[in-house]
Amino acid sequence: MDKEKIKSLLTFLIAGMISLWFLTPIIFITLSAFATSKDYYNPNYIIPRHYTFSHFYKLFFTLSAGHATLISLSVAALTILLSFLLGVPAGYALSRYKFKGKNTLKLTVLSTRMFPLMILAIPLLIIFMQIGISDTLWGIVLAHTTMVLPFVILITSSIFAGVDIAFEEAALIFGLSRSKAFFKITLPLALPGLAASAIFAFIMSWNEVFVASILTLQNRTLPAQILSTAMDSPDYYKFTAGFIMAVPALVFIFFARRYLVSLWGISLK
Amino acid sequence: MVKVTLQEVTKRFGKTTAVNRISVEIEKGEFIVLLGPSGCGKTTLLRCISGLEKVTEGRILFNEGDVTNLPPKDRNISMVFQNYAVWPHLKVKDNIGFPLKIKKKPTQEIETKVKWASEMLGITELLDRYPHQLSGGQRQRVAVARAIVMEPEVLLMDEPLSNLDALLRVKMRSEIKKLQESLKVTTIYVTHDQVEAMTMGDRIAVLKDGKLQQIGGSNEIYHKPTNLFVAGFIGSPQMNFINVEVKEEENILIVATSGLEIPLPPAIPIKKSEYILGIRPEDIHIKELPNSTRVTGEIYFVEALRSDTVLHVNTDFGKLVVKIPGDFDAKEGENISLYIDNSKIHLFEKESELSIL
Repeated sequence: MDKEKIKSLLTFLIAGMISLWFLTPIIFITLSAFATSKDYYNPNYIIPRHYTFSHFYKLFFTLSAGHATLISLSVAALTILLSFLLGVPAGYALSRYKFKGKNTLKLTVLSTRMFPLMILAIPLLIIFMQIGISDTLWGIVLAHTTMVLPFVILITSSIFAGVDIAFEEAALIFGLSRSKAFFKITLPLALPGLAASAIFAFIMSWNEVFVASILTLQNRTLPAQILSTAMDSPDYYKFTAGFIMAVPALVFIFFARRYLVSLWGISLK
Repeated sequence: MVKVTLQEVTKRFGKTTAVNRISVEIEKGEFIVLLGPSGCGKTTLLRCISGLEKVTEGRILFNEGDVTNLPPKDRNISMVFQNYAVWPHLKVKDNIGFPLKIKKKPTQEIETKVKWASEMLGITELLDRYPHQLSGGQRQRVAVARAIVMEPEVLLMDEPLSNLDALLRVKMRSEIKKLQESLKVTTIYVTHDQVEAMTMGDRIAVLKDGKLQQIGGSNEIYHKPTNLFVAGFIGSPQMNFINVEVKEEENILIVATSGLEIPLPPAIPIKKSEYILGIRPEDIHIKELPNSTRVTGEIYFVEALRSDTVLHVNTDFGKLVVKIPGDFDAKEGENISLYIDNSKIHLFEKESELSIL
């Protein structure tokens, strides 16, 4: 019995240390984001005594992080839309049909990820300037879609593979055409997985900073805007900016963790 | 109710031929079983009839109408899948009512029909549940209810009982058969289980390597198998096969091998000398009877099932499996006399494997 107690105590300690390891930076970012400048610079306190929203106010309105947030949200939403319009049918085809060159195609899709976005960014900028979409929302959306699409294709293909083909065939037998069977049966069954990959796409786009910085000047996304403004500001602004960046991702993961796990084919049940 | 006619139906996947020129006429309201080992093409043939697979060659007719190139939804068929394929995101009543809803039937009619079908299957109290709240047996009933609710012209079943436990399988066997008799719907049932085939089918079509081996009632399939494969596939324990020669002695043809000589009935067309003798385990007896042939051997294994006893006996011409009704006290290693019923023997040509007796 004592052994059991020691064992559970050890588990608790180790789990606690791992959690602390990951949580400490987030806790300090949060505390510093709300700290008044006086408290932040006061060496006598590790944990600030006074808190304020003024950094948020300044970031959002003076440094136009508010505008950038809206752009970031639009870019992420449009990226999801575009990459799903292209990626979901491709993923479905890869999971359901046998055709020549299927494996090569899968590999090719994956191999587009071999080139870091940083290498692609400069040529992309030149092309975008030539066709006149540099420094536009759609420019970043196109770049982000390129970045996200391979993931969407491969993830959705494995999600569709997880939906038993018999469900679809039953729908064909009981009166639906192929396209209706997809929308009425396969899509609802694949929805949790698709939602998870949408969130994945959202976070990829939301966090992407390099291409967004290079492709835009006026219409910057939030990370690009923060990089060029908050990083040149006093330290507590950096923490505030970090907090703004982290919160949406955390909120999404909190609500989507069940789906995120299902994304990789493990079930929590 | 329709008559289903298959004309030279062939299905190829690349270079492999899954279904090879199968022609069958299935009468209105008939219950036909497609029976064969795995990979024999029975499921592929069923899927061709359903329209889920396109046939490579040949035609499929429902009554006089050619449905060969119609999509499944236009064939007025329904199907029970091996893994049930009950949609997990729909309640039981929505699963059952789905085929009617698609056909845009009025809500009142859908409700009445769903009630009727669920009463037929005894699942009225499950209508508001989701499939994951059901047991395998209940899910299978939902699948059958969904298949009959639209009163299809042809009902297709793809090994519907294979995922159920043994007791439930026996129960569902009789229930499905009774249901089919009361609905009088033309039914095509795929199975690899000969007991299901024998007990349920009006006729049984035995398939092997995509080819139709024999089609007929259980009596015909069992007592008059057309070839070695059908003879060996149907019946448990399997029919005994013994390599023999056919000789003529004093104007009587006899089959012979070391330690065994059985006279043949007259007027058997004999051309070559090498044949395979087939005798079912239950046609070998331990008591002498008229027109029988005595053989001796040593008991080497006893399966005491109590309802009957299966003896494995080593003889001069190889192993014989004998099935005798009831309890029989036999010790392994004992010598025993056996009597082969001469009127029950089968004879197959060794080369073509076709039956000549």
